[in-house]
Amino acid sequence: MPAVFVTVNDRPLELADGATVADMLGALGLAKAVVAVERNREIVPRARHASERLAEGDRLEVVTLVGGG
Amino acid sequence: MTEKLKFGPYEFTSRLFVGTGKYTTNELMVEALAASGTEAVTVAVRRVDLSGKSGKTILDFIDRRKYTILPNTAGCFTAEDAVRVARLSREVLSTDWVKLEVLGDQQTLLPDPVGTLSACEQLAKEGFCVLAYTSDDPIVAKRLEAAGAKAVMPAGSPIGSGQGILNPTNIRIILERAAVPIIVDAGVGTASDVALAFELGAEGVLLNTGIALAKDPVRMARAMKAAAEAGRDAFLSGRIPRKLYASASSPLEGVIAPAKQ
Repeated sequence: MPAVFVTVNDRPLELADGATVADMLGALGLAKAVVAVERNREIVPRARHASERLAEGDRLEVVTLVGGG
Repeated sequence: MTEKLKFGPYEFTSRLFVGTGKYTTNELMVEALAASGTEAVTVAVRRVDLSGKSGKTILDFIDRRKYTILPNTAGCFTAEDAVRVARLSREVLSTDWVKLEVLGDQQTLLPDPVGTLSACEQLAKEGFCVLAYTSDDPIVAKRLEAAGAKAVMPAGSPIGSGQGILNPTNIRIILERAAVPIIVDAGVGTASDVALAFELGAEGVLLNTGIALAKDPVRMARAMKAAAEAGRDAFLSGRIPRKLYASASSPLEGVIAPAKQ
């Protein structure tokens, strides 16, 4: 099965070809997490997570909220 | 009558903004937030922990019906990074307000006014309700206001230093000239620092470490709440001017004949 290689928060991740942002979050156990996703420095709005397909070499950032002042 | 603190679309009865960092446990944080009476709490944006053992996040502990969450751009040392983090925070929370922080260096954590101003302009253009953390410089405060900040947050002293308000004179000048709410942010060590900020006329105070790292954070949170109310009331009451000489509180007439000296 063809695969697509991306990095998430600087870590390599292999996904099935045609995988979407939502698939990536699912693979990381973050399907229901409150996060924001950047793909190559552009935010992918939540409404597009299920439709936005990833491409080879995409650099993804997945962030959430933590305690802070 | 207590008038509310208003800016942008937000309204608060409590004038304390409390951070959620540095608590030893989330449960302790929840208790301290409740004791402080705050209605607005700050959070930071960070990469998700991909180690797989992350379970709960801070949002699982903050009741969003009780608290408005104010994301910050803490940890950013350039305007570009701060704008990026603000956009991410908007995506996570579906909220337009942000506490903008662009810091100068790791050791002092003092604000970089140039970067802050540039990020403030950009974020205001993008429709953010910007609360701009900055130094206690009256000129920079006005520049941030002109750049579209909805509130200016001058530092009392460096973040987490507990030194209180080092330059009350500057804070007074900032307050006198401000057309937006001034929220004193950073440096609060104890209750009297909060009281002083409000006595000077600050519209709000933001603090984190002073509560989180106190030996008894819940009790300190309660003290901060009382200090905020006391300081604000004292300010609104109109304090007496300072005078060089005494002014007797008891009548000077009808005093018994003094002993011969």
